[in-house]
Amino acid sequence: MTQPLVAIRSVSKNFGEFQALDRVSLDVWTGEVLCLIGASGSGKTTLLRCINQLTPVDSGGIWLDGELLGVREEGGQLHRLTERQIARQRLKTGMVFQRFNLFPHKTALENITEGPVQVQGRKPEEARAEAMELLARVGLAAKANAYPSQLSGGQQQRVAIARALAMKPMLMLFDEPTSALDPELVGEVLTVMKELARSGMTMMVVTHELGFAREVADTVVYMDHGAIVESGPAAEVLGRPREVRTQSFLSAVI
Amino acid sequence: MRAVPTLAGGFPDISEMTVARQVHWQRWLAAAAILVVLAAIGRAFVNGQIEWTYVSRFLTAKVILEGITNTMVMAVLAMALGIVLGVVVAIMRLSSNPVLTSVAAGYTWLFRGTPLILQLLLWFNLALVFPTIGIPGLWSVRAVDVMTPFLSALLGLGINQGAYTSEVMRAGMLSVDVGQYEAAQAIGMGRLRALRRIILPQAMRVVIPPLGNEFIGMVKATSLASVIQYPELLHNAENIYYANSRVIELLIVAGSWYLLVVSILTPLQMLLERRFARGALQITR
Repeated sequence: MTQPLVAIRSVSKNFGEFQALDRVSLDVWTGEVLCLIGASGSGKTTLLRCINQLTPVDSGGIWLDGELLGVREEGGQLHRLTERQIARQRLKTGMVFQRFNLFPHKTALENITEGPVQVQGRKPEEARAEAMELLARVGLAAKANAYPSQLSGGQQQRVAIARALAMKPMLMLFDEPTSALDPELVGEVLTVMKELARSGMTMMVVTHELGFAREVADTVVYMDHGAIVESGPAAEVLGRPREVRTQSFLSAVI
Repeated sequence: MRAVPTLAGGFPDISEMTVARQVHWQRWLAAAAILVVLAAIGRAFVNGQIEWTYVSRFLTAKVILEGITNTMVMAVLAMALGIVLGVVVAIMRLSSNPVLTSVAAGYTWLFRGTPLILQLLLWFNLALVFPTIGIPGLWSVRAVDVMTPFLSALLGLGINQGAYTSEVMRAGMLSVDVGQYEAAQAIGMGRLRALRRIILPQAMRVVIPPLGNEFIGMVKATSLASVIQYPELLHNAENIYYANSRVIELLIVAGSWYLLVVSILTPLQMLLERRFARGALQITR
Protein backbone atom coordinates (compact mmCIF):
# COMPACT_ATOMS: atom_id res chain seq x y z
CA MET A 1 0.00 0.00 0.00
CA THR A 2 1.31 3.38 -0.92
CA GLN A 3 -0.57 5.90 1.16
CA PRO A 4 -3.32 5.79 3.78
CA LEU A 5 -6.89 6.64 2.76
CA VAL A 6 -7.14 8.99 5.73
CA ALA A 7 -4.11 10.77 7.12
CA ILE A 8 -4.75 12.88 10.21
CA ARG A 9 -1.82 15.07 11.20
CA SER A 10 -1.60 17.01 14.45
CA VAL A 11 -5.27 18.02 14.47
CA SER A 12 -6.47 20.23 17.33
CA LYS A 13 -9.93 21.55 18.08
CA ASN A 14 -11.17 23.75 20.89
CA PHE A 15 -14.72 24.59 21.87
CA GLY A 16 -14.12 27.74 23.87
CA GLU A 17 -12.00 26.71 26.84
CA PHE A 18 -12.61 23.02 26.25
CA GLN A 19 -9.93 21.23 24.25
CA ALA A 20 -11.76 18.54 22.29
CA LEU A 21 -8.79 17.39 20.21
CA ASP A 22 -5.14 17.81 21.16
CA ARG A 23 -2.69 17.26 18.28
CA VAL A 24 -4.22 14.00 17.09
CA SER A 25 -2.40 12.07 14.36
CA LEU A 26 -3.69 8.85 12.85
CA ASP A 27 -3.67 6.81 9.63
CA VAL A 28 -6.56 4.78 8.28
CA TRP A 29 -5.84 2.40 5.41
CA THR A 30 -8.19 1.30 2.68
CA GLY A 31 -10.27 -1.66 3.83
CA GLU A 32 -9.43 -1.11 7.48
CA VAL A 33 -12.09 -1.17 10.20
CA LEU A 34 -11.05 1.15 12.98
CA CYS A 35 -12.95 1.50 16.25
CA LEU A 36 -12.57 4.57 18.43
CA ILE A 37 -13.26 3.94 22.09
CA GLY A 38 -13.05 6.13 25.17
CA ALA A 39 -15.15 7.94 27.75
CA SER A 40 -17.65 10.58 26.60
CA GLY A 41 -15.93 13.90 26.04
CA SER A 42 -12.69 12.21 25.02
CA GLY A 43 -12.87 13.59 21.47
CA LYS A 44 -13.89 10.47 19.48
CA THR A 45 -17.00 12.04 17.98
CA THR A 46 -15.26 15.35 17.30
CA LEU A 47 -12.55 13.54 15.37
CA LEU A 48 -15.16 11.82 13.24
CA ARG A 49 -17.01 15.09 12.62
CA CYS A 50 -13.76 16.74 11.58
CA ILE A 51 -13.24 14.09 8.92
CA ASN A 52 -16.50 14.93 7.16
CA GLN A 53 -16.13 18.61 8.05
CA LEU A 54 -19.30 19.05 10.08
CA THR A 55 -16.79 20.52 12.53
CA PRO A 56 -13.89 22.53 11.06
CA VAL A 57 -10.46 21.85 12.60
CA ASP A 58 -8.58 24.65 14.37
CA SER A 59 -5.11 23.50 13.35
CA GLY A 60 -3.45 20.56 11.70
CA GLY A 61 -4.67 18.79 8.60
CA ILE A 62 -6.68 15.82 7.42
CA TRP A 63 -5.98 14.27 4.02
CA LEU A 64 -8.63 12.02 2.51
CA ASP A 65 -7.66 10.04 -0.56
CA GLY A 66 -4.62 12.31 -0.90
CA GLU A 67 -6.69 15.51 -0.81
CA LEU A 68 -6.35 18.07 1.99
CA LEU A 69 -9.77 18.72 3.53
CA GLY A 70 -11.38 22.12 4.04
CA VAL A 71 -8.40 24.25 3.12
CA ARG A 72 -6.01 24.80 0.21
CA GLU A 73 -2.30 25.47 0.61
CA GLU A 74 -0.97 28.37 -1.42
CA GLY A 75 2.06 30.58 -0.91
CA GLY A 76 2.80 29.21 2.53
CA GLN A 77 -0.73 30.03 3.72
CA LEU A 78 -3.95 28.12 4.09
CA HIS A 79 -7.10 29.34 2.36
CA ARG A 80 -10.56 28.08 3.25
CA LEU A 81 -12.40 26.20 0.51
CA THR A 82 -15.82 27.37 -0.63
CA GLU A 83 -18.95 25.71 0.67
CA ARG A 84 -19.41 24.02 -2.70
CA GLN A 85 -15.90 22.55 -2.65
CA ILE A 86 -16.40 21.28 0.89
CA ALA A 87 -19.73 19.70 -0.09
CA ARG A 88 -17.92 17.91 -2.94
CA GLN A 89 -15.23 16.61 -0.57
CA ARG A 90 -17.93 15.35 1.81
CA LEU A 91 -19.25 13.02 -0.88
CA LYS A 92 -16.24 10.77 -0.29
CA THR A 93 -17.47 10.00 3.22
CA GLY A 94 -20.75 8.55 4.44
CA MET A 95 -21.92 9.47 7.92
CA VAL A 96 -24.18 7.51 10.25
CA PHE A 97 -25.42 9.50 13.24
CA GLN A 98 -26.16 8.45 16.78
CA ARG A 99 -29.75 9.71 16.47
CA PHE A 100 -30.23 8.42 12.88
CA ASN A 101 -31.33 11.85 11.56
CA LEU A 102 -33.54 10.38 8.86
CA PHE A 103 -35.68 12.93 7.05
CA PRO A 104 -39.08 12.45 8.74
CA HIS A 105 -41.10 13.84 5.81
CA LYS A 106 -39.68 11.29 3.38
CA THR A 107 -40.18 7.53 3.14
CA ALA A 108 -37.29 5.12 3.69
CA LEU A 109 -36.83 4.87 -0.08
CA GLU A 110 -36.96 8.66 -0.57
CA ASN A 111 -34.43 9.13 2.23
CA ILE A 112 -32.01 6.94 0.30
CA THR A 113 -32.61 8.39 -3.18
CA GLU A 114 -32.53 12.03 -2.03
CA GLY A 115 -28.73 12.35 -2.22
CA PRO A 116 -28.11 10.44 -5.45
CA VAL A 117 -30.91 12.27 -7.32
CA GLN A 118 -30.66 15.77 -5.85
CA VAL A 119 -26.91 16.05 -5.30
CA GLN A 120 -25.32 13.63 -7.77
CA GLY A 121 -27.93 14.21 -10.46
CA ARG A 122 -28.58 10.51 -11.01
CA LYS A 123 -31.67 9.31 -12.87
CA PRO A 124 -34.57 8.74 -10.42
CA GLU A 125 -35.40 5.22 -11.72
CA GLU A 126 -31.78 4.18 -11.49
CA ALA A 127 -31.42 5.61 -7.98
CA ARG A 128 -34.63 3.89 -6.89
CA ALA A 129 -33.45 0.52 -8.18
CA GLU A 130 -30.15 0.89 -6.33
CA ALA A 131 -31.94 2.07 -3.21
CA MET A 132 -34.11 -1.05 -3.29
CA GLU A 133 -30.97 -3.19 -3.51
CA LEU A 134 -29.51 -1.35 -0.52
CA LEU A 135 -32.75 -1.76 1.44
CA ALA A 136 -32.64 -5.49 0.71
CA ARG A 137 -29.03 -5.55 1.85
CA VAL A 138 -29.98 -4.07 5.24
CA GLY A 139 -33.00 -6.38 5.41
CA LEU A 140 -35.70 -3.75 4.95
CA ALA A 141 -36.96 -4.26 1.39
CA ALA A 142 -40.51 -4.52 2.77
CA LYS A 143 -40.27 -1.12 4.46
CA ALA A 144 -39.42 0.96 1.37
CA ASN A 145 -42.57 3.08 1.64
CA ALA A 146 -42.64 3.42 5.41
CA TYR A 147 -41.96 6.80 7.02
CA PRO A 148 -39.25 6.94 9.70
CA SER A 149 -41.91 7.35 12.42
CA GLN A 150 -43.30 3.94 11.45
CA LEU A 151 -39.93 2.23 11.91
CA SER A 152 -38.20 1.04 15.07
CA GLY A 153 -34.92 2.65 16.07
CA GLY A 154 -32.94 -0.29 14.73
CA GLN A 155 -34.77 -0.15 11.41
CA GLN A 156 -34.24 3.62 11.18
CA GLN A 157 -30.53 3.21 11.75
CA ARG A 158 -30.33 0.53 9.04
CA VAL A 159 -32.08 2.90 6.60
CA ALA A 160 -29.59 5.59 7.63
CA ILE A 161 -26.72 3.22 6.78
CA ALA A 162 -28.31 2.53 3.39
CA ARG A 163 -28.73 6.28 2.83
CA ALA A 164 -25.03 6.84 3.45
CA LEU A 165 -24.03 3.90 1.23
CA ALA A 166 -26.17 5.20 -1.64
CA MET A 167 -23.63 7.99 -2.18
CA LYS A 168 -20.97 5.33 -2.82
CA PRO A 169 -18.50 6.71 -0.25
CA MET A 170 -14.89 5.54 0.09
CA LEU A 171 -15.11 5.79 3.87
CA MET A 172 -17.98 5.18 6.25
CA LEU A 173 -18.10 7.08 9.53
CA PHE A 174 -20.28 5.75 12.36
CA ASP A 175 -20.90 8.02 15.34
CA GLU A 176 -22.08 5.77 18.19
CA PRO A 177 -24.59 4.09 15.86
CA THR A 178 -26.15 1.91 18.56
CA SER A 179 -26.10 4.14 21.66
CA ALA A 180 -29.60 5.52 21.08
CA LEU A 181 -31.12 2.07 20.59
CA ASP A 182 -33.03 -0.18 22.95
CA PRO A 183 -30.78 -3.12 23.92
CA GLU A 184 -32.77 -5.68 21.91
CA LEU A 185 -32.33 -3.60 18.70
CA VAL A 186 -28.54 -3.22 18.86
CA GLY A 187 -27.85 -6.63 17.32
CA GLU A 188 -29.59 -6.01 13.99
CA VAL A 189 -27.58 -2.83 13.38
CA LEU A 190 -24.28 -4.46 14.34
CA THR A 191 -25.08 -7.35 11.97
CA VAL A 192 -25.43 -4.92 9.07
CA MET A 193 -22.17 -3.22 10.05
CA LYS A 194 -20.34 -6.55 10.27
CA GLU A 195 -21.55 -7.48 6.81
CA LEU A 196 -20.35 -4.11 5.55
CA ALA A 197 -16.95 -4.64 7.15
CA ARG A 198 -16.65 -8.07 5.52
CA SER A 199 -17.44 -6.52 2.14
CA GLY A 200 -14.19 -4.55 2.43
CA MET A 201 -15.59 -1.09 3.27
CA THR A 202 -13.22 1.23 5.09
CA MET A 203 -14.93 2.13 8.36
CA MET A 204 -14.29 4.37 11.36
CA VAL A 205 -16.64 3.53 14.20
CA VAL A 206 -17.06 5.42 17.44
CA THR A 207 -18.56 2.82 19.74
CA HIS A 208 -19.10 1.56 23.24
CA GLU A 209 -19.74 -1.96 21.91
CA LEU A 210 -16.44 -3.58 22.87
CA GLY A 211 -17.69 -6.97 21.72
CA PHE A 212 -18.22 -5.57 18.23
CA ALA A 213 -14.78 -3.93 18.30
CA ARG A 214 -13.13 -7.17 19.36
CA GLU A 215 -14.87 -9.16 16.64
CA VAL A 216 -14.77 -6.78 13.69
CA ALA A 217 -12.12 -4.09 14.19
CA ASP A 218 -8.66 -4.36 12.68
CA THR A 219 -7.50 -1.47 14.82
CA VAL A 220 -8.77 -0.09 18.09
CA VAL A 221 -7.88 3.44 19.18
CA TYR A 222 -8.40 4.48 22.79
CA MET A 223 -8.78 8.24 23.31
CA ASP A 224 -8.79 10.30 26.48
CA HIS A 225 -8.93 14.09 26.93
CA GLY A 226 -8.73 14.76 23.21
CA ALA A 227 -5.61 12.67 22.62
CA ILE A 228 -4.86 9.17 21.41
CA VAL A 229 -3.60 7.15 24.39
CA GLU A 230 -3.17 3.79 22.76
CA SER A 231 -3.80 2.27 19.36
CA GLY A 232 -3.13 -1.11 17.82
CA PRO A 233 -4.71 -4.41 16.77
CA ALA A 234 -8.03 -5.00 18.51
CA ALA A 235 -6.83 -8.10 20.36
CA GLU A 236 -3.88 -6.22 21.83
CA VAL A 237 -5.57 -2.99 22.86
CA LEU A 238 -8.64 -4.74 24.26
CA GLY A 239 -6.90 -7.90 25.51
CA ARG A 240 -3.52 -6.73 26.76
CA PRO A 241 -3.68 -2.94 27.06
CA ARG A 242 -0.28 -1.41 27.75
CA GLU A 243 -1.33 1.98 29.06
CA VAL A 244 -2.65 2.36 32.60
CA ARG A 245 -5.45 4.67 31.42
CA THR A 246 -6.63 2.12 28.85
CA GLN A 247 -6.59 -0.60 31.50
CA SER A 248 -8.66 1.42 33.94
CA PHE A 249 -11.16 2.43 31.19
CA LEU A 250 -11.60 -1.17 30.08
CA SER A 251 -11.99 -2.49 33.62
CA ALA A 252 -14.59 0.22 34.28
CA VAL A 253 -16.78 -0.60 31.24
CA ILE A 254 -16.60 -4.40 31.30
CA MET B 1 -48.41 -24.40 39.49
CA ARG B 2 -48.66 -20.72 38.63
CA ALA B 3 -46.33 -18.36 40.46
CA VAL B 4 -48.55 -15.50 41.67
CA PRO B 5 -47.57 -12.72 44.06
CA THR B 6 -48.89 -13.11 47.63
CA LEU B 7 -51.39 -10.31 48.37
CA ALA B 8 -52.22 -8.55 51.63
CA GLY B 9 -55.89 -8.63 52.82
CA GLY B 10 -58.22 -5.68 53.55
CA PHE B 11 -58.71 -4.42 49.96
CA PRO B 12 -62.23 -5.24 48.63
CA ASP B 13 -62.73 -6.36 45.02
CA ILE B 14 -64.27 -3.39 43.14
CA SER B 15 -63.48 -4.61 39.63
CA GLU B 16 -67.19 -5.32 38.87
CA MET B 17 -68.55 -1.94 40.02
CA THR B 18 -69.41 0.91 37.62
CA VAL B 19 -68.84 4.63 38.07
CA ALA B 20 -72.13 6.51 38.80
CA ARG B 21 -73.18 9.25 36.39
CA GLN B 22 -72.41 12.73 37.75
CA VAL B 23 -75.01 15.51 37.69
CA HIS B 24 -73.36 18.73 36.45
CA TRP B 25 -75.93 21.20 37.80
CA GLN B 26 -73.42 24.08 37.51
CA ARG B 27 -73.23 23.54 33.74
CA TRP B 28 -77.02 23.71 33.39
CA LEU B 29 -77.10 26.88 35.45
CA ALA B 30 -74.36 28.53 33.42
CA ALA B 31 -76.02 27.54 30.12
CA ALA B 32 -79.33 29.00 31.27
CA ALA B 33 -77.70 32.28 32.29
CA ILE B 34 -75.96 32.59 28.94
CA LEU B 35 -79.19 31.88 27.04
CA VAL B 36 -80.94 34.67 28.93
CA VAL B 37 -78.17 37.14 28.05
CA LEU B 38 -78.17 36.06 24.39
CA ALA B 39 -81.97 36.40 24.23
CA ALA B 40 -81.74 39.92 25.65
CA ILE B 41 -79.12 40.93 23.08
CA GLY B 42 -81.15 39.36 20.27
CA ARG B 43 -84.30 41.20 21.40
CA ALA B 44 -82.40 44.47 21.52
CA PHE B 45 -81.31 44.04 17.90
CA VAL B 46 -84.78 43.05 16.71
CA ASN B 47 -86.35 46.08 18.40
CA GLY B 48 -83.42 48.39 17.57
CA GLN B 49 -83.40 50.72 14.63
CA ILE B 50 -82.13 48.23 12.05
CA GLU B 51 -83.91 47.73 8.78
CA TRP B 52 -83.20 44.03 8.21
CA THR B 53 -84.68 44.23 4.72
CA TYR B 54 -81.76 46.50 3.76
CA VAL B 55 -79.30 43.94 5.12
CA SER B 56 -80.72 41.12 3.01
CA ARG B 57 -81.11 43.35 -0.04
CA PHE B 58 -77.48 44.55 0.01
CA LEU B 59 -75.94 41.25 1.08
CA THR B 60 -75.71 40.15 -2.57
CA ALA B 61 -75.62 43.58 -4.23
CA LYS B 62 -73.21 43.82 -7.16
CA VAL B 63 -71.01 46.43 -5.49
CA ILE B 64 -70.72 44.34 -2.33
CA LEU B 65 -69.85 41.19 -4.32
CA GLU B 66 -67.20 43.16 -6.22
CA GLY B 67 -65.93 44.40 -2.89
CA ILE B 68 -65.52 40.93 -1.38
CA THR B 69 -63.84 39.76 -4.61
CA ASN B 70 -61.36 42.63 -4.45
CA THR B 71 -60.79 41.91 -0.76
CA MET B 72 -59.95 38.28 -1.45
CA VAL B 73 -57.75 39.08 -4.47
CA MET B 74 -55.80 41.59 -2.40
CA ALA B 75 -55.56 39.26 0.64
CA VAL B 76 -54.22 36.37 -1.45
CA LEU B 77 -51.73 38.48 -3.43
CA ALA B 78 -50.46 40.43 -0.42
CA MET B 79 -50.13 37.23 1.61
CA ALA B 80 -48.19 35.59 -1.25
CA LEU B 81 -45.86 38.60 -1.35
CA GLY B 82 -45.60 38.46 2.44
CA ILE B 83 -44.67 34.77 2.44
CA VAL B 84 -42.03 35.17 -0.28
CA LEU B 85 -40.50 38.12 1.57
CA GLY B 86 -40.86 36.30 4.88
CA VAL B 87 -38.96 33.21 3.68
CA VAL B 88 -36.19 35.29 2.12
CA VAL B 89 -35.82 37.52 5.18
CA ALA B 90 -35.90 34.55 7.58
CA ILE B 91 -33.11 32.86 5.59
CA MET B 92 -31.13 36.12 5.63
CA ARG B 93 -31.72 36.45 9.37
CA LEU B 94 -30.35 32.97 10.02
CA SER B 95 -27.31 33.31 7.74
CA SER B 96 -23.80 33.78 9.03
CA ASN B 97 -23.31 36.94 6.94
CA PRO B 98 -23.56 39.96 9.31
CA VAL B 99 -24.66 42.29 6.49
CA LEU B 100 -27.61 40.05 5.61
CA THR B 101 -28.64 39.55 9.25
CA SER B 102 -28.66 43.29 9.96
CA VAL B 103 -30.59 44.11 6.78
CA ALA B 104 -33.15 41.47 7.75
CA ALA B 105 -33.38 42.73 11.34
CA GLY B 106 -33.69 46.32 10.11
CA TYR B 107 -36.52 45.43 7.72
CA THR B 108 -38.47 43.67 10.47
CA TRP B 109 -37.85 46.54 12.87
CA LEU B 110 -39.04 49.21 10.43
CA PHE B 111 -42.17 47.56 9.07
CA ARG B 112 -43.31 46.03 12.34
CA GLY B 113 -42.59 49.23 14.21
CA THR B 114 -44.94 51.56 12.31
CA PRO B 115 -48.73 51.36 11.93
CA LEU B 116 -49.97 49.57 8.83
CA ILE B 117 -52.39 52.37 7.98
CA LEU B 118 -49.48 54.83 8.02
CA GLN B 119 -47.49 52.61 5.64
CA LEU B 120 -50.47 52.39 3.28
CA LEU B 121 -50.81 56.18 3.24
CA LEU B 122 -47.07 56.55 2.58
CA TRP B 123 -47.12 54.21 -0.43
CA PHE B 124 -50.24 55.88 -1.80
CA ASN B 125 -48.68 59.33 -1.44
CA LEU B 126 -45.27 58.34 -2.73
CA ALA B 127 -45.72 60.81 -5.60
CA LEU B 128 -45.34 63.66 -3.10
CA VAL B 129 -41.77 62.50 -2.41
CA PHE B 130 -40.77 61.14 -5.80
CA PRO B 131 -42.77 62.78 -8.61
CA THR B 132 -41.22 60.37 -11.12
CA ILE B 133 -39.91 56.82 -10.72
CA GLY B 134 -37.37 55.19 -13.04
CA ILE B 135 -33.75 54.88 -14.07
CA PRO B 136 -32.31 58.37 -14.70
CA GLY B 137 -31.84 59.01 -18.43
CA LEU B 138 -33.27 55.68 -19.52
CA TRP B 139 -36.87 55.36 -18.48
CA SER B 140 -39.23 57.06 -16.10
CA VAL B 141 -42.92 57.24 -15.24
CA ARG B 142 -45.01 59.56 -13.14
CA ALA B 143 -45.43 58.17 -9.64
CA VAL B 144 -49.14 59.08 -9.53
CA ASP B 145 -49.74 56.80 -12.51
CA VAL B 146 -47.88 53.87 -10.96
CA MET B 147 -49.04 54.16 -7.37
CA THR B 148 -52.63 53.19 -7.98
CA PRO B 149 -54.74 52.21 -4.98
CA PHE B 150 -54.23 48.57 -6.01
CA LEU B 151 -50.43 48.69 -6.13
CA SER B 152 -50.16 50.86 -3.02
CA ALA B 153 -52.35 48.43 -1.08
CA LEU B 154 -50.43 45.42 -2.39
CA LEU B 155 -47.04 46.87 -1.46
CA GLY B 156 -48.22 48.24 1.87
CA LEU B 157 -49.97 45.06 3.01
CA GLY B 158 -47.46 42.62 1.48
CA ILE B 159 -44.30 44.26 2.76
CA ASN B 160 -45.78 44.72 6.20
CA GLN B 161 -46.91 41.09 6.21
CA GLY B 162 -43.40 40.00 5.20
CA ALA B 163 -42.00 41.49 8.40
CA TYR B 164 -44.35 39.37 10.53
CA THR B 165 -44.10 36.26 8.35
CA SER B 166 -40.30 36.31 8.52
CA GLU B 167 -40.48 35.80 12.26
CA VAL B 168 -42.99 32.97 11.87
CA MET B 169 -40.73 31.34 9.26
CA ARG B 170 -37.66 31.81 11.42
CA ALA B 171 -39.41 30.10 14.32
CA GLY B 172 -40.36 27.25 12.00
CA MET B 173 -36.80 26.78 10.76
CA LEU B 174 -35.40 26.92 14.28
CA SER B 175 -37.85 24.20 15.30
CA VAL B 176 -36.20 21.72 12.93
CA ASP B 177 -33.53 19.65 14.67
CA VAL B 178 -29.97 20.67 13.80
CA GLY B 179 -29.26 16.99 13.06
CA GLN B 180 -31.48 17.31 9.98
CA TYR B 181 -29.21 20.00 8.60
CA GLU B 182 -26.13 17.91 9.37
CA ALA B 183 -27.65 14.85 7.71
CA ALA B 184 -28.37 16.96 4.62
CA GLN B 185 -24.79 18.22 4.61
CA ALA B 186 -23.49 14.69 5.06
CA ILE B 187 -25.11 13.64 1.78
CA GLY B 188 -23.38 16.57 0.07
CA MET B 189 -26.10 19.21 0.09
CA GLY B 190 -25.21 22.89 0.18
CA ARG B 191 -26.96 25.33 2.51
CA LEU B 192 -29.69 26.49 0.14
CA ARG B 193 -30.54 23.02 -1.16
CA ALA B 194 -30.70 21.70 2.41
CA LEU B 195 -33.07 24.56 3.29
CA ARG B 196 -35.32 23.94 0.30
CA ARG B 197 -35.42 20.14 0.34
CA ILE B 198 -35.05 19.26 4.02
CA ILE B 199 -35.55 22.18 6.43
CA LEU B 200 -38.41 24.20 4.89
CA PRO B 201 -40.75 21.23 4.25
CA GLN B 202 -40.40 20.28 7.92
CA ALA B 203 -40.73 23.88 9.07
CA MET B 204 -44.02 24.18 7.12
CA ARG B 205 -45.70 21.79 9.54
CA VAL B 206 -44.98 24.11 12.44
CA VAL B 207 -45.61 27.26 10.48
CA ILE B 208 -49.06 26.61 8.99
CA PRO B 209 -51.18 27.24 12.12
CA PRO B 210 -49.60 30.69 12.75
CA LEU B 211 -49.66 31.45 9.00
CA GLY B 212 -53.38 30.62 8.94
CA ASN B 213 -53.74 33.10 11.76
CA GLU B 214 -51.80 35.69 9.77
CA PHE B 215 -53.92 35.11 6.66
CA ILE B 216 -57.15 35.61 8.61
CA GLY B 217 -55.61 38.80 9.93
CA MET B 218 -54.73 39.80 6.36
CA VAL B 219 -58.31 39.32 5.09
CA LYS B 220 -59.48 41.83 7.68
CA ALA B 221 -56.46 44.12 7.33
CA THR B 222 -57.36 44.73 3.67
CA SER B 223 -60.21 46.88 5.03
CA LEU B 224 -57.55 49.45 5.95
CA ALA B 225 -56.94 49.90 2.23
CA SER B 226 -60.33 51.68 2.15
CA VAL B 227 -58.46 54.82 3.25
CA ILE B 228 -56.49 54.81 -0.01
CA GLN B 229 -59.57 54.25 -2.18
CA TYR B 230 -58.97 50.58 -2.95
CA PRO B 231 -62.48 49.27 -3.73
CA GLU B 232 -62.53 46.42 -1.24
CA LEU B 233 -65.52 45.27 0.79
CA LEU B 234 -65.57 47.91 3.53
CA HIS B 235 -64.82 50.73 1.11
CA ASN B 236 -67.76 49.74 -1.12
CA ALA B 237 -70.08 49.31 1.87
CA GLU B 238 -69.12 52.77 3.04
CA ASN B 239 -69.83 54.23 -0.40
CA ILE B 240 -73.34 52.79 -0.23
CA TYR B 241 -74.12 54.15 3.21
CA TYR B 242 -72.76 57.57 2.29
CA ALA B 243 -75.56 57.57 -0.29
CA ASN B 244 -78.43 55.95 1.65
CA SER B 245 -77.39 56.57 5.30
CA ARG B 246 -78.06 52.92 6.26
CA VAL B 247 -74.77 52.78 8.19
CA ILE B 248 -75.41 49.89 10.56
CA GLU B 249 -77.18 47.77 7.93
CA LEU B 250 -74.23 48.05 5.53
CA LEU B 251 -71.71 47.39 8.29
CA ILE B 252 -73.64 44.23 9.17
CA VAL B 253 -73.52 43.21 5.48
CA ALA B 254 -69.73 43.70 5.38
CA GLY B 255 -69.25 41.98 8.73
CA SER B 256 -71.25 38.94 7.59
CA TRP B 257 -69.05 38.54 4.53
CA TYR B 258 -65.81 38.75 6.55
CA LEU B 259 -67.22 36.20 8.99
CA LEU B 260 -68.24 33.86 6.15
CA VAL B 261 -64.82 34.02 4.48
CA VAL B 262 -62.98 33.36 7.73
CA SER B 263 -65.32 30.43 8.48
CA ILE B 264 -64.42 28.86 5.12
CA LEU B 265 -60.70 29.40 5.65
CA THR B 266 -60.51 27.33 8.84
CA PRO B 267 -61.30 23.93 7.25
CA LEU B 268 -59.02 24.81 4.30
CA GLN B 269 -56.18 25.29 6.76
CA MET B 270 -56.83 21.84 8.21
CA LEU B 271 -56.50 20.29 4.75
CA LEU B 272 -53.17 22.07 4.27
CA GLU B 273 -51.95 20.92 7.68
CA ARG B 274 -52.72 17.34 6.81
CA ARG B 275 -50.73 17.68 3.58
CA PHE B 276 -47.61 18.82 5.41
CA ALA B 277 -47.97 16.36 8.28
CA ARG B 278 -46.62 13.61 6.01
CA GLY B 279 -44.61 11.19 8.10
CA ALA B 280 -45.45 12.90 11.37
CA LEU B 281 -48.90 11.60 12.27
CA GLN B 282 -48.50 8.12 10.88
CA ILE B 283 -48.33 6.43 14.26
CA THR B 284 -51.36 8.13 15.79
CA ARG B 285 -53.54 7.70 12.71
